Amino acid sequence: MASGYDRALSVFSPDGHVFQVEYALEAVKRGTCAVAVKGGSIVVLGCEKRSAMKLQDTRITPSKICLVDNHVALAFAGLNADARILVDKARLEAQSHRLTVEDAVSIEYITKYVASVQQRYTQSGGVRPFGISTLIVGFDPNDKTPRLYQTEPSGIYSAWKANAIGRSSKTVREFLERNHKPDMDREETIKLTVKSLLEVVQTGAKNIEIAIMAPGMGIEMLPVEDIEKYVESINTEKQEEAATRRPGGGRAAAGGAGAATIPTRPAGESAE
Amino acid sequence: MEVLLGITGKDFTIICASKAAMRGATILKASDDKTRNLNKHNLMAYSGEAGDTTQFAEYVQANVQLYSMRSGTHLGPDAVANFVRGEVAKALRSRRPYNVNLLLGGVDPTTGKPSLYWCDYLAALAKLPYAAHGYAQYYCLSILDKHHHPDIELDQGLKILRMCTDELKRRLPIDFKGVLVKIITKDGIREHDYVDDKQILPA
Repeated sequence: MASGYDRALSVFSPDGHVFQVEYALEAVKRGTCAVAVKGGSIVVLGCEKRSAMKLQDTRITPSKICLVDNHVALAFAGLNADARILVDKARLEAQSHRLTVEDAVSIEYITKYVASVQQRYTQSGGVRPFGISTLIVGFDPNDKTPRLYQTEPSGIYSAWKANAIGRSSKTVREFLERNHKPDMDREETIKLTVKSLLEVVQTGAKNIEIAIMAPGMGIEMLPVEDIEKYVESINTEKQEEAATRRPGGGRAAAGGAGAATIPTRPAGESAE
Repeated sequence: MEVLLGITGKDFTIICASKAAMRGATILKASDDKTRNLNKHNLMAYSGEAGDTTQFAEYVQANVQLYSMRSGTHLGPDAVANFVRGEVAKALRSRRPYNVNLLLGGVDPTTGKPSLYWCDYLAALAKLPYAAHGYAQYYCLSILDKHHHPDIELDQGLKILRMCTDELKRRLPIDFKGVLVKIITKDGIREHDYVDDKQILPA
């Protein structure tokens, strides 16, 4: 199919594709979903967490949301191992920037840096592209405007109000397009993030991770109990909605909505 | 003629540094801060060659921060001190070593135990209950020998510090423009409003 044009990384196919980069995008699509939503004064990151095996210690298993600097958080979708390397480079750059200019990095700066590292790995010999997309969020130093950027394996970066990457990201993005409002408060923003993730995560709160960034506050990981509360309130809302839509069929609709949250994820989705 | 002093107590470490920035016999500034926060519970005070001190302090600060970011852990006072010593020792054997003398004050946030490390430009590291660099050693260590006790409360620690700074004012031939005092507890690092305007006359 690719007829040899995907052997070496830096070789174009006759119709202008760099196949290795497109394969990297495929790896992203198979990674677990990550969502970011900007509110009026905060920005929320949400991640689908892979269900842990029985003997796994979830407390010390690394998360898909990581801090690049005190005011910059990064979530990724794709190959976990690749992300470790990329995040490490970003952290080094964040501190190096502080050391050279005595200022913390701006979100745009660190996004550009991450994107340019990703780009470099599409055009050098002996390497392969990073199989990850990232969502970079945070606040610039002495600024209260929430920022959200996305980077891709090709080295493209873009700014968003809300976005999703990874598995079923299209579904989630379309959901966000329908439901995102400007200037949402804290509760609304978190709720929209959880709700959008529930579009693709069927197993509920225990498979969701939420991180909140507020100006000058650092990262706040939302405890599981709180996520559960959001999930519950969203589920009851959905049930009520279904009941009003079909008057008389309230009970049946409620049963249906309840069942919709139960199905487990299909097996064999281990892209990481 | 730079003054660096450190005193530990029951649950705190006091770090004190003179406020004069000097070049030869000239005072350039009377509000110099010779300390730097390495993380939430570790403070480093430095003296020595003018450029080397800040360069080294910033380098160490960035590396301590980076380590915490990468490993997702906080470095305790002992870890920080040994890392810093390693950096001074590495530079000492290079073409151009750092000429810096350091005091590292910290409190372990988990155990609440205070700690104070003394490190000179030869990378000699010592963990001490109280310490001083430069001429301050000659005047203050005897006072601290007499009055210090590992279980002292903060107000007693500040009283001993007052005795030390008074003695320095009395004996040092050059005005060091008062001192900046910072206190490290399990809650973090804070600057202490140290009233220092009383005139002390030599005997």
